[in-house]
Amino acid sequence: MNEQNQWQILKKVLLRVRRHLWKIAASLVLATGYVAMSLRIPILVGQAVDQIVAPGDVDFAAVAAILSRILLCAALGAVSQWLMQEMNNRTVYRVTQQIREEAFRHLQRLPLSYLDSHPQGDIVSRVVADVDSFADGLLMGFTQFFTGVTTILGTLGLMLAIRWQIALVVVGITPVSLLVAKFIAQRTYDLFREQTAAQGEQTALINETVGGLKTVQAFSHEEATLADFDKINTRLEKSALKAIFYSSITNPSTRFVNALVYAGVGLTGALSAMTGGITVGNLTSFLSYANQYTKPFNEISGVVAELQNSLACAGRVFQLIEAPAMDPDPQEPARPAKFTGGVEIRDLEFSYTPEKPLIRDFSLSVRPGQRVAIVGPTGCGKTTFINLLMRFYDPQGGRILLDGVDTQTMSRRALRRSVGMVLQDTWLQSGTVAENIAMGKPEATRAEIIAAAKQAHAHGFIRRLPQGYDTPIGESGGALSQGQKQLLCIARVMLCLPPMLFLDEATSSIDTRTELQVQRAFDAMMAGRTSFIVAHRLSTIREADIILVMKDGQIIEQGRHEELLRKGGFYFELYNSQFAH
Amino acid sequence: MTKLLKYMKGYGRDCALGPLFKLLEAVFELLIPLVVAQIVDVGVAAGDRGFIVRMCLLMVLLGLVGLVCAITAQYFAARTAVGFAARVRHAVMAHILSLGYTEQDALGGATLVTRMTSDINQVQNGVNLTLRLLLRSPFVVFGAMIMAFTIDFQAALVFVVLIGALCLVVFGIMLVTMPMYRRVQVGLDGITAATRENLAGVRVLRAFCKEDDQIRTFSQRTEVLKERQLLAGRVSGLMNPLTFAILNLAVAALIQVGALRVEAGVLTQGLVVALYNYMSQILVELVKMANLIINMTKAAACGNRVQALLEVQALQTDGPDTQLPQGGVEFRNVTASYAGAAAPALEGISFLARPGQTIGVIGGTGSGKTTLVNLIPRFYDASSGQVLLDGRPVDSLNRQTLRREIGMVPQRSELFQGTIRENLLWGDGSATDEELWQALETAQASQVVRDKGGLDSPVSQGGANFSGGQRQRLTIARALVRKPRILILDDSASALDYATDARLRGAIQNLPEKPTVFVVSQRAASVRYADQILVLDEGKLVGQGSHGELLASCPVYREIYYSQFPREEAAHE
Repeated sequence: MNEQNQWQILKKVLLRVRRHLWKIAASLVLATGYVAMSLRIPILVGQAVDQIVAPGDVDFAAVAAILSRILLCAALGAVSQWLMQEMNNRTVYRVTQQIREEAFRHLQRLPLSYLDSHPQGDIVSRVVADVDSFADGLLMGFTQFFTGVTTILGTLGLMLAIRWQIALVVVGITPVSLLVAKFIAQRTYDLFREQTAAQGEQTALINETVGGLKTVQAFSHEEATLADFDKINTRLEKSALKAIFYSSITNPSTRFVNALVYAGVGLTGALSAMTGGITVGNLTSFLSYANQYTKPFNEISGVVAELQNSLACAGRVFQLIEAPAMDPDPQEPARPAKFTGGVEIRDLEFSYTPEKPLIRDFSLSVRPGQRVAIVGPTGCGKTTFINLLMRFYDPQGGRILLDGVDTQTMSRRALRRSVGMVLQDTWLQSGTVAENIAMGKPEATRAEIIAAAKQAHAHGFIRRLPQGYDTPIGESGGALSQGQKQLLCIARVMLCLPPMLFLDEATSSIDTRTELQVQRAFDAMMAGRTSFIVAHRLSTIREADIILVMKDGQIIEQGRHEELLRKGGFYFELYNSQFAH
Repeated sequence: MTKLLKYMKGYGRDCALGPLFKLLEAVFELLIPLVVAQIVDVGVAAGDRGFIVRMCLLMVLLGLVGLVCAITAQYFAARTAVGFAARVRHAVMAHILSLGYTEQDALGGATLVTRMTSDINQVQNGVNLTLRLLLRSPFVVFGAMIMAFTIDFQAALVFVVLIGALCLVVFGIMLVTMPMYRRVQVGLDGITAATRENLAGVRVLRAFCKEDDQIRTFSQRTEVLKERQLLAGRVSGLMNPLTFAILNLAVAALIQVGALRVEAGVLTQGLVVALYNYMSQILVELVKMANLIINMTKAAACGNRVQALLEVQALQTDGPDTQLPQGGVEFRNVTASYAGAAAPALEGISFLARPGQTIGVIGGTGSGKTTLVNLIPRFYDASSGQVLLDGRPVDSLNRQTLRREIGMVPQRSELFQGTIRENLLWGDGSATDEELWQALETAQASQVVRDKGGLDSPVSQGGANFSGGQRQRLTIARALVRKPRILILDDSASALDYATDARLRGAIQNLPEKPTVFVVSQRAASVRYADQILVLDEGKLVGQGSHGELLASCPVYREIYYSQFPREEAAHE
């Protein structure tokens, strides 16, 4: 990421924290107040020490006055620090919430082409982890940085005011601590990278071994696997030892430099106290400043790296938020007078990538109530078909007309509400069984839900679930079998029953009995509706009004069963290899 | 956790030396305020320049010795922690490899990976920190107090109260906020789950126009999270201001006491300065100590989980008989249940397979097909009845010998990172290239290998650079390489098209070794030419015989067959 880019990201960040600017300003004022108080106290302590010289030379009245000022400073410092943290928390957590919601809202508007081509884990980590590290790093980092700098400047100013010669000693030695820390950090960076690499390699091996443990054992490969593991383990041990040891030198080293500063201040301070240049109390203040002064330096050097990292995270989040959204629906969307389920496809052209044209000059006319079977080997591109029909993707050329209206001129909502979809890759929401069935019609009554479940042949197994219709379903279906999940998906569509259907017939993944139930449910649903079926069963294919034969994403033949068989083309071959023996 | 400590063996010296050197460093650190007191009371008061210089050099020397001690300690701590972790990892890995299928099922893969990686890392981190800080932080905190006592009893009482109050605040706030931060984490997990679910179900959600609902739910979750974060932040935000206030209150008290004691002639000005310096050392180390305790509890919890895994014992015992099996398999009234399952997965199964026969196993999902074949290589043991190989009970056989003679092609076709050759050699480490190619030829996979660029072309993790069908054929080849007496194909042709499946069956029929073959499938076409077909339904053997016999006598088989080959179609043949 270059300089330019960082500024742009920063600008976008500022745009989003604008509403919170007053809180940030207040936080800075409070931080200044806190630093001032924490710096004033050592001075007061020094003054008090000067009032306690020797027996008979103790000014109790003065000490009491100073002590009451110390207490006041302590109280003010504590209150402003607490308020500052509260301000920061409010800003950080609200900005986090705001950006997450913005990202999530944008996710709903992103085209599927984006979602399909980006790993889910990556998107999730942008919405969750990156937003967090951005907020932590940038906002927390910023206040830490500010407090640190104020402390350094304040300490420096006060030291210079008391005795500039001693201040110079502190200023001279402190950078050594920074240099040492930086030196060690640079050395350890490579060592840590080595460690991370070894760790990554080991984790990969562990994942693979655990995932394939049964195979490892079936082939009596345990010893060889353990030997491989030990090789990496030894490597990891060596690199971890180096990385951990070298990095743990940092703290003792900076402590040593602090000791040097301390000795330096002690020497110069004591010498000038001897000649009366400063008082013993001044020396006390100096010594505690010497302690305070070096601490923020170490913090700040960490903060800079963190700030950069958090900008990078922010950049990743903005990349997601700024990814181009779908074309909006037309201002005044057209809609057919009545959805009857007539579909007309004219000269359709489509491809996922321009280099690889997929569908060209495809035309098809489906009358209301007709059945279209899509056949072809697995991976032939049936998803392409649903993608275009539901406008998950838009074609590059040609038109799809629904009851005479171009789907591009309709609102996506109206279009999608008119198509019912049951995919083989069954997906259920976390929620109860009833909530899942009512997904398309949240206002449905329990009686309607049960009626739909009955029609989908799902009522029987739902009743046997521990809490019936109120049984919660975990993320992506939990304990239900594949067939049961599919029955629920059918019930879900059954409840709203749109005029058009897109169905995905089961393959071998569900057993014969359930498959029969699914089939009966499909039949009930398709009665009188235009349906597109990804077909595996011979009976479905033969009863279809139109068969579309797909291969490698392209529609290569269309017609009725007998026509296609007579033609002796790809369908003929497919039919012979699958059904005739 | 305690049983893990045996892996510390050999590090006993390091374990003692690490903290000891840390202790020394702390001692030297504690001496510094006394030196400063000397400077003030002796050097400044008497105007002895040489004394001041000597004392300051002494401070540098103390710092230097402290540095050397600390670095030595860090080295011992790091070495112990890292060495310990490496040994534990080795032990856990060896243990995992020795677990039976039953134990693996009970534990689950995700758990095993977490134990091996993040849990052991936490333990390593905990050991390292403990060795480094266990003696240092408490020693500095209480050492400072003891030093105060050596200086003056009354002033030291201020320290006692201060340490008590600070402990109360620091530990109290940590204790109160820990469950709060756990709830924050739960909220964050909820947001992750919501995002993941939204992405996984994007097509369905958009098909049902649920976008607005999704946004609403998500907003509710972020709102809950924010409230939890603010609450936790507000309470934990009390820590710094409160300790700041308490510390300075103590400073004020100390000065007041100091003033009285100096007036009484008990203390000197320099000693008051020394006491003040001790006081500022306490806070930093106390916070470190609190963090250490949290880290130790976390590490101990992780250590306990690792230990619990090591204590899971494989139930199966190995048999002594190393005579090679010839391929005869017999089940006598076999019942098998999975741990924790209500109903047995297989019930009362009996059949006899002669060497060289092909046995088809068919049935719906969950009917017990895989369980049946898994009993042959003793991946699981029957709960009653007997599994016999050539007439000998399978549990009397040496497991290694037994498995060497069985070629297993599991349902999930897994390849491992490396080359194709390395993967195939799993079958038989001494196989020649010619033998490998023969196996590939039989498995209909030779073209796949040629297309990929030969035996030495790479296989990425889990075989991700191969399609499902390619992987299946390579795993079949891997099993064939060992020229097994018994070949088990567990639904391993499901991703192949019918024509390839048919060729594969033909090639296996013609293998010169004539192994006994078990073909598990949902496809009637895959089993119909078997010498004997076993029809399973909900764990029971409901049909046994040839295709023709079963079609005539077994309703379940008929149902399966006709659902795949419509009646009129079948009649054409």
